[in-house]
Amino acid sequence: MSDESHNYLNASEGIWSWLSTTDHKRIGIMYAIACGLFFLLGGILATFVRTELGAPGETILGQDEYNQLFTLHGVVMVFLVIIPAIPGILGNFVLPLQIGAKDVAFPRLNLASWYLFMAGAIMAVCGWLFVGKVDTGWTFYTPYSSGASNAVLWLTSAVFIAGFASIFTGLNFIVTVHKMRAPGMTWNRLPLFTWAIYATGIVQVLATPVIGITMVLLFLEKLLQIGIFDPALGGDPVLFQHFFWFYSHPAVYIMILPAMGIISDLMGTFSRQHVSGYTFIALSSVAIAFLGFLVWGHHMFVAGQSALSSIIFSMLTFLIGIPTGIKVFNWVATMYRGSVWLRTPMIYALMFLFLFTIGGLTGIMVGVLAVDVHLHDTYFVVAHFHYVMMGGALIGLIGGLHYWWPKMTGRMYNETAGIIAASLVFIGFNLTFFTQFFLGTKGMPRRYHDYSEFLEIYPEFAALNMASTIGSYILGVGLVMILIYALYSLFRGPKATANPWGACTLEWTHTGPIPDEHNFHDTPLVTRGPYDFHHADDVFGPKNEHKQ
Amino acid sequence: MNQQNSIWLPEAASTIAGEVDTLFYFILVTSVILFVGVISTMIFFAWRYRRRSENDRPAPVQENKLVEASWIVIPSILVAVVFVWGFKLFLELGIAPPNSYEVNVTARKWSWSFTYPNGVVSTDLHVPVNRPIKLRMSSEDVIHSFFVPAFRTKADVLNGRYSYVWFEATKQDTFIVACTEYCGTSHSDMYTRVVTQSQDDFENWLIESLPDDNLTPVQRGELLYNQQACYGCHSLDGTAAAGPSFLGLAGSTRNFTDGTSATADDNYLRTSIVNPASQIVEGFFNVMPGQYAVTLSSEEIDALVAFINEQ
Repeated sequence: MSDESHNYLNASEGIWSWLSTTDHKRIGIMYAIACGLFFLLGGILATFVRTELGAPGETILGQDEYNQLFTLHGVVMVFLVIIPAIPGILGNFVLPLQIGAKDVAFPRLNLASWYLFMAGAIMAVCGWLFVGKVDTGWTFYTPYSSGASNAVLWLTSAVFIAGFASIFTGLNFIVTVHKMRAPGMTWNRLPLFTWAIYATGIVQVLATPVIGITMVLLFLEKLLQIGIFDPALGGDPVLFQHFFWFYSHPAVYIMILPAMGIISDLMGTFSRQHVSGYTFIALSSVAIAFLGFLVWGHHMFVAGQSALSSIIFSMLTFLIGIPTGIKVFNWVATMYRGSVWLRTPMIYALMFLFLFTIGGLTGIMVGVLAVDVHLHDTYFVVAHFHYVMMGGALIGLIGGLHYWWPKMTGRMYNETAGIIAASLVFIGFNLTFFTQFFLGTKGMPRRYHDYSEFLEIYPEFAALNMASTIGSYILGVGLVMILIYALYSLFRGPKATANPWGACTLEWTHTGPIPDEHNFHDTPLVTRGPYDFHHADDVFGPKNEHKQ
Repeated sequence: MNQQNSIWLPEAASTIAGEVDTLFYFILVTSVILFVGVISTMIFFAWRYRRRSENDRPAPVQENKLVEASWIVIPSILVAVVFVWGFKLFLELGIAPPNSYEVNVTARKWSWSFTYPNGVVSTDLHVPVNRPIKLRMSSEDVIHSFFVPAFRTKADVLNGRYSYVWFEATKQDTFIVACTEYCGTSHSDMYTRVVTQSQDDFENWLIESLPDDNLTPVQRGELLYNQQACYGCHSLDGTAAAGPSFLGLAGSTRNFTDGTSATADDNYLRTSIVNPASQIVEGFFNVMPGQYAVTLSSEEIDALVAFINEQ
């Protein structure tokens, strides 16, 4: 902290100093740039998909083009944005700082994970441009994918490679949290964001190999004509769905757990209050990480699995739903008798509570067996998982990026612009996706290029779809606005102080405005919990100077 | 078809639909109450405990065990209720009554066909009301899903394995049947109708629809054209869809994607039906199912060729 002009951003210069860096903070920034670009791509694709659906009949895309674009939208958003983004960007940047470590446990492995991620991502995008366009949906269900072109293999290989990036990241964080905590940083003093990234790491390490194996089996089946999934070769198509969801449901927790961690930190810091139910939130993250492996069958209530399996999966789904609901109550309770500061990150935290609660309650709806039979594979499900994936995971990420932005860049952004953009995102998001609940309950199936056939019974489908499309444009404007003021802040924003939010975790209290490349000059000695604002005289000055 | 006033669910037209709707509305109302409770508390706290001074340092709040217990116990009871309710109804949805009337369903890219015990094959589903109907379903290619929103029922249709749904219609009307499992190019055109009739009307329809042995080959071809849903991709009015129109096809010169060309004679038409992938006409893709060599008899193929020649 002595020499403030020397920091991790200017410690060494040139592109190569970035591409060969083992500094977790720089790797975090590199993930941010990559995921940001892919988010832009996925968002543009979503706009095309919504524009096609804005009016009945074919408008701007043919059937095949539409199917290809929604597939790419799903693959990019799931595998290249939501899964890697929070652990890759904020996990990398924040976690070692939060526990008082100089870096992650395996810095070179960390860099390798970024390269694998980029290799998978470039392979996916180049495959799209030069090998062939895939129209299987991001789920690659057999036997449809068995009969599709070999471009499917290219894309699944890309997913396979990117999967290893996820495993490396998870492994790194697990070891880092176990072995590299600063003196005094006991498990019950870990910030909840670190707890969440730790739990996520467990899922990443245990679940990701399954998608890898599944992709290898798909590969072998197509190349060697071994019957595994394709009934034409004697395989079982439902087996693929089991394998796929055995990864992809835990993957939902890879996406949402880190966002929950961010929200916990934001609620604590911006309420200047103990996060209510700290122990429960910390341990339930780990419990959810394990229980998350036991609910994959709830994606298959109408796929032909036995009724008994469906009933058990439904029950386990509710078991995992209850702690999630309790977390929401805890976050709200954190504000009780706190000092609530409505800055942009906190606006996003409250937005998360609003949207994620809708996502969670509609999750109960589709978890109920008899109701799911009607709602399965309709727009109700599309709306539900966008409320969780975007309204939960991505809104959490955006809130977290606003929160740690000053630490990452040393600059502040324009607060007014932040709140205007947040409002646009909120309005646009709800207009886009809430309308889809109505479409879904009425019976509009998902992955539909056209809904003209429904118009004679439900003329309102035209208006609902139009509203949803307009909403997506408003959402797009809000997101682009964030990009603009972030870039402006990067070059022209006012300089940030070391702890602009009055937070009590180490990344704010023990580093300069921009951390230097080794994080801390002296190993921090931790003497209080992450949300012990009443003990934090080092942040607020001796207590007797302030009236309460 | 009736208009429905509720913004949520479509018209209910089966014995089970009303029960599903009751459960749906129970969860909906409970969810709305919980949501309004959580969000209004959130807004109230954010306003009531807003920061008044930069130096605010509120005293830590003691955790209240009673409040915490209540927000663990109440949601647990609620989900236990909807779980049990949902799974009882699920069993009802899953188990067809033993006296059900059975119809076979075949799904393929991108059409449905329904085969009745007396041999009638139809592209739309006719069923009597007030009688349980059990569908035995299979697919000729990829996974499809049979969904009748008005009946609140749905099941995936698989290749190489039967799956079943059952329902008992309660209203005489026509309802939409949609495919809800993504199945490729024309997934969103894979509709048909279920026509619910009185027992007498249904029996008359069954008899009227029996294939007539005295049909000319062209008439028989026309029947097959409708039964096999060729119209899904091949129009009779010259408009191109997923496949070329049949209008003026016979005798024309066909240019193929590999650069060769041929005249559309009888043998060309026959090959196109039994082995469609062998000659793809320029401007189209290889999307036609390949099973007709097996599923159509040679008389039926002759009839189709005769029908196409007449167009």
